[in-house]
Amino acid sequence: MALTAEESGRLAALLSEHVDQVTQRWTETVAASLRGRLSQVELRSQLQELRQAIVTTAENGIVDLDAEYAAELRAVLAELSRGRARQGFSATETAISVFALKEVLLELLESHGGESTLRDYVAFSALIDTMGLFTFESYVRTREGLIADQAEQLLELSTPVVKLWEGVVAVPLVGTLDSARAQVVMERLLQTLVDTGSPYAIIDITGVPAVDTQVAQHILKTVVAARLMGADCIISGIRPQIAQTIVALGIEFGDIATKASLADALRHVLRLTGVETTRRSRRGA
Amino acid sequence: MERVPILKIGEILLVSIQLDMSDQTALQLQEDLAERIVATGCHGVIIDITALDIVDSFVGRMLSSIASISKVLDAETVVVGMRPAVAITLVELGLSLNGIRTALNVERGMELVADARADEFPYDDELADGSDDDPETTSSP
Repeated sequence: MALTAEESGRLAALLSEHVDQVTQRWTETVAASLRGRLSQVELRSQLQELRQAIVTTAENGIVDLDAEYAAELRAVLAELSRGRARQGFSATETAISVFALKEVLLELLESHGGESTLRDYVAFSALIDTMGLFTFESYVRTREGLIADQAEQLLELSTPVVKLWEGVVAVPLVGTLDSARAQVVMERLLQTLVDTGSPYAIIDITGVPAVDTQVAQHILKTVVAARLMGADCIISGIRPQIAQTIVALGIEFGDIATKASLADALRHVLRLTGVETTRRSRRGA
Repeated sequence: MERVPILKIGEILLVSIQLDMSDQTALQLQEDLAERIVATGCHGVIIDITALDIVDSFVGRMLSSIASISKVLDAETVVVGMRPAVAITLVELGLSLNGIRTALNVERGMELVADARADEFPYDDELADGSDDDPETTSSP
């Protein structure tokens, strides 16, 4: 929502003639809503910057958030909402920082406004609404960015591939296996198989809370892909309840070896590779 | 036209595919390989696809038919060096390369061929020189 040239001029005039009053009232109103979680000094400098950005925009032309010369105003608003989102303020608390300007302007218009007070106020309100919406969007974008970052970090820390024996690697799966994680696990396992030249892989699902048809599908795909590359997979760590679910759902693992525990799986692989383990007799026994 | 080289290492023929396969190249490779199997009397074929970025249904079918041809000529085929990305793509496409043995690398592939041979003819060593009337075996050392 853009203002007309005259309205822009009047807005800039109001904001630049009563600098102290605007900043003071604006800071007070916002500080009340934030309940002291942001220092007055910091808040004051933020709002002063925002006020200055509006005035600068008005000097360059009409105040319109979409205009090219309003880049600075947009940047200041985005920076404000980014900061609020990072510091854990709610969306309302962020938007109020901008909407509080309405009250300040109303007071100013009442005491200093001319004949067109009402029209001006409605126009300014519309502009501030647009700015508020812009703030809200930036806030949501920042939050979404944070969530995406965390999801990525989660992916990174939850899929190690460990070497158990010469030619045997294991993937201990922990947590729910969705498509994205399954993809990462699959890629990492297959890459490790190539890097280490291991012909055997054990997929341990002890840490997977539930196995549905989709999870089973992901595991089966991994096993088939490993087979295509010339490696054998063994699935281990199947808990009693999960075994029952698998049977109830009618999931077929075909000729893929499944073992109850990781130890069983390792013993199975060692037997296949011809390694024999014996217990050393105790000295003197 | 480009040709895929076929190398003889001991009792094994090694085919290392380094270029994108076209219909012509694939057909030529099948012909060449069949001839070489008969000429050398080898019982193992290793196809190395480490350099292949893309294995589509066409290459998959080519590998299958090479395996079948080799089987008819009594040679074991092992496909080695498939990249993880390729394996994932094949699984997503639902191509499972039935009837083809796979190994992680050439070394493992050679072991696999040797094992398969030993399973099939546990007494092969004793017969290596004479009584077998197959001309391929008698010509080999």
